Amino acid sequence: MRHFSYQRAASVEDAVRAGPGAAFLAGGTSLVDLMKLEVLNPSRLVDVSRLDLRGIEARPDGLRIGACATNSEVAAHPEVKRRFPVLSEALLSGASPQLRNVATVAGNLMQRTRCAYYRDLATACNKREPGSGCAALEGWTRMHAILGGSERCIALHPSDMCVAMAALQAVIHVRGPNGDRDIPFGDFHLLPGDHPEREFALEPGELVLSVFIPFSAAGMRSRYVKVRDRASYAFALASCAAGLEIASGKIRAAQLALGGVGTKPWRVPEAEQALQGQSPERVAFQRAAEIAVRGAQTRRDNAFKMELARRTAVRALTLAAEGA
Amino acid sequence: MKNIGDPLPRVDGPAKVTGAARYAYEWQVPGMAYAVLVTSNTARGRVLEVDASAATREPGVLAVLTPQNAMRLPGPTQGEPPDRVVQALQDDRVYFSNQPVAVAVADTFERAVHAALMVRIRSEPARHTVRLEDELANAVPHDLIAGGRSIPADEARGDVARGLREADARVEQTYETPPETHNPMEPHATVAVWEAPDRLTVYDSTQWVFAVQRKLARAFAMPKENVHVIAKFVGGAFGSKGSPWSHVLLTAMAAKQVGRPVKLALMRPHMFGMVGGRPHTRQKLALGARKDGRLTALSHQSASATSRFDVFVEGCALQARHLYACPNIESKHRIVRLDIGTPTFMRAPGEASGSFALESALDELAVALDLDPLELRLKNHAEKDPIEDRPFSSKSLRACYAEGARRFGWEKRSARPRAQTREGMLVGMGMATAAYPGNFAPAQALARMNADGTALVQSGMLEVGNGAYTVMRQVAADALGLPVEKVRFDLGDSTMPEAPITAGSISTASVGSAVLLVCRALRQRLEQMGASGAASYAEVVQRAGGAPIEERSKAAPGEERKRYTMLGHGAQFAEVLVDPELGMVRVARLVGAFACGRVLNARLARSQLMGGMVWGIGMALHEHSVYDEKLGRIISRDLADYHVASNADVQSIEPILVEEEDTVVDPAGVKGMGEIGTCGAAAAIANAVFNATGRRIRSLPITPDNLL
Ligand SMILES: Cc1cc2nc3c(=O)[nH]c(=O)nc-3n(C[C@H](O)[C@H](O)[C@H](O)COP(=O)(O)OP(=O)(O)OC[C@H]3O[C@@H](n4cnc5c(N)ncnc54)[C@H](O)[C@@H]3O)c2cc1C
Repeated sequence: MRHFSYQRAASVEDAVRAGPGAAFLAGGTSLVDLMKLEVLNPSRLVDVSRLDLRGIEARPDGLRIGACATNSEVAAHPEVKRRFPVLSEALLSGASPQLRNVATVAGNLMQRTRCAYYRDLATACNKREPGSGCAALEGWTRMHAILGGSERCIALHPSDMCVAMAALQAVIHVRGPNGDRDIPFGDFHLLPGDHPEREFALEPGELVLSVFIPFSAAGMRSRYVKVRDRASYAFALASCAAGLEIASGKIRAAQLALGGVGTKPWRVPEAEQALQGQSPERVAFQRAAEIAVRGAQTRRDNAFKMELARRTAVRALTLAAEGA
Repeated sequence: MKNIGDPLPRVDGPAKVTGAARYAYEWQVPGMAYAVLVTSNTARGRVLEVDASAATREPGVLAVLTPQNAMRLPGPTQGEPPDRVVQALQDDRVYFSNQPVAVAVADTFERAVHAALMVRIRSEPARHTVRLEDELANAVPHDLIAGGRSIPADEARGDVARGLREADARVEQTYETPPETHNPMEPHATVAVWEAPDRLTVYDSTQWVFAVQRKLARAFAMPKENVHVIAKFVGGAFGSKGSPWSHVLLTAMAAKQVGRPVKLALMRPHMFGMVGGRPHTRQKLALGARKDGRLTALSHQSASATSRFDVFVEGCALQARHLYACPNIESKHRIVRLDIGTPTFMRAPGEASGSFALESALDELAVALDLDPLELRLKNHAEKDPIEDRPFSSKSLRACYAEGARRFGWEKRSARPRAQTREGMLVGMGMATAAYPGNFAPAQALARMNADGTALVQSGMLEVGNGAYTVMRQVAADALGLPVEKVRFDLGDSTMPEAPITAGSISTASVGSAVLLVCRALRQRLEQMGASGAASYAEVVQRAGGAPIEERSKAAPGEERKRYTMLGHGAQFAEVLVDPELGMVRVARLVGAFACGRVLNARLARSQLMGGMVWGIGMALHEHSVYDEKLGRIISRDLADYHVASNADVQSIEPILVEEEDTVVDPAGVKGMGEIGTCGAAAAIANAVFNATGRRIRSLPITPDNLL
């Protein structure tokens, strides 16, 4: 048997102390699944799900969401719905109600790719087994990334929540053996490059404590659009989180990130800038969408994602412009 | 007293929802060991070595069966089709990826899982192909098995070429349906208990206890009476459990080799290859018609994939033989051998995939002729079987069209595509004809009157979600004149009177008829013994000494099957909403009107039809076993990647029961309803998608990328 120890952290300090070399267990919907497949094989589990990290708290300049708040709790929170409708919509478009009731914010941030090769031990995967190769490159790529991939890995980042948080420019607050620090959302997920096995900008033992989302006018006028193969319980073929601040008929600020297309949640500041000062109309949206997918590398099965992502972005921006 | 037709709720409902209903894997006997399959990574070749040294050193591991050390079975592993060729570690050949190549056995389930993951397989791969198009040139004709009968691969009448020449409008198109994989909620599971060296008890998740009994008896060279197969509840089957697959033999072998009872369940990824599914099909349709819509030619040629080592033929072109009046018809079946697991019967095998092609082509013909699609079908309504030139035992298709169209509101459809929108969505309406054979196979039953006036009725059929416990009790109660509470119906045991496979929508008709006959016989006997009415049964039995009075009967089809064509019919109507830019399709409404002879229980009939229609949504929009062609392996290996319709995909489903009396089809007057709900559903949806978007999708499933 593969043995692993299980420890329930009594406090945040306790968890951080036990952290190095261990895996934190939250809702377990990603971690335990992958342990059963023997894709992830931690020898120690430190259960953080009962820590007092569930609060959702309004600060003067933003909302602080505890790492262990469940996806359902966050989606239903009145301040989240009012300040960041895009986040509530993104969460509700993900997984199923049962999963959302146990899945946590930090767990969602760190959920692993759904690349079928990553999950199938019979195939080569650099992320699972560095240096073994990548079966996806010559395989079935309909659900693989067209942005941010490398010669070693084109695994898609599957989260919906993260797309909204990327657009909202959230900040992730972590605590580790060397103290506390904040990680800007865009820096948290790593591109695969030569080391697809390295996925997060966390140091060993660092525990996510909370996510801070700054208030913004664009956040209040934000929407999430997800295109998928069935009405529920399916990962995105393409998705988009978009927020607009509109004053005197012009876009003053824009927030834009794509899902279902990148090896990480895909925010494109250039596309946001291109919207600034424009009238909130289709031409401007199309131009921003064009910029957002720049540099995409498609393959046989996922060539459609280019056009689909553009259309999804235009739709999300259109809905955002129409207002809540 | 009248029980038949009553919407009696499922009598086993409470047992199912409280967990009291026992499924195969839940049987527990002392000393149980647990087995987990190890499967191949290569799609074709030979196993050179199974390295189980690390696995067998693990605590609790009892054995790892490999092609090298597995017992040699004394008898053949295969019987008559539809029994399947299976892989039971008798040689080192690999025929498909995910084929069983070893079995890990341990004292706990977790240890067996881990041991299975530790086994290393070294194999010598050979060139493989899983692509239908690579082998199409080598397609060969093959006869079919459907409804328990052999049916010729090709049939024809008249001259199709001439019919096409004479036509004012023609449609010649190719349609494709993808490979689909069986995924009932309960995966396949077997528990094997050797009571003595030559006596075996097996708890199995099966659609046919007698097939399991025969396969095991044959392989282990024992009399079949020495194999006792029990299956009280089956958690869905849909064809996947009609033939005992490799794991059944492997479980019994493992139990023999470790000298303990062994249980084995397929893990979800194991489902993808070794227990079948709907094969990949490519179908060529050629239709010709006069201006007024009357068909002059109908040609349906199907090629479907099968494995290298066994044959399954998807009967796509069978409906073309019976459905429409046309002087020139041809219908052909070809098989294409690939390095895949053998496909098998999947809910409405042939009819579901074939009706997608045929009914899509008719929709295209309606467009070409500028005729309403329903009108076109009415123009070609067959009053008698067009190929056999004989009457139908009953046919109420016109009533199905009329009732379905009325309830659906077909007259609101716009003939022009993209003409209707609702809240930014394109609205489309489509329809299709449904038909499914009224199958009937020999079935036996016994009925026993007890001294307390209660009756026990038995037949070795299965409860697979079909409502057998409920409906058979109703039939028996009705024939005996008893209230349903006084009748118990028992099933799922190879010591009971023999029943046909619980598949092909055959059971209710066949076993229902046997139950009807045996209960009539018992009633007659009791009346001869002096009974006058149900209230006096107890007294009559007691007067005769108190021992239960028993009758056995058999129902079997006769000459009437040669004189009539027997089909259930229906009409499917779909309304879809399509996002004009993002391509997402929602089936807003499905209305299906069906006439299938006598309805034994309206509630259960509706739920069968509803389930079949939902299946059609999955077929139209979701189901697809995706192969990695280079690896020769199905890569969508779990229910997150292998999509079936989710609840949110199922909006309004309205099955309508159209009254029909059939005095010929079988004594119960029943044509099965397990599958007809799926027939035509995918075509109705695809036709609605065309009506919404102007895009004709000829290859399923219809996903957003097809509609950009
Ligand atoms: C069938 C299925 C469908 C799904 N569909 C979708 C979908 O459509 N869209 C979508 O966005 N998601 C989807 N998900 C993913 C789901 O959102 C994630 O599984 C979930 O959010 C993970 O949260 P968790 O709390 O269960 O994490 P866990 O499984 O407990 O942990 C996941 C990872 O996070 C780490 N971790 C957890 N908490 C902390 C912490 N405080 N600090 C540091 N590390 C931590 C763990 O060590 C582990 O590596 C689906 C999942 C499943 C199983």
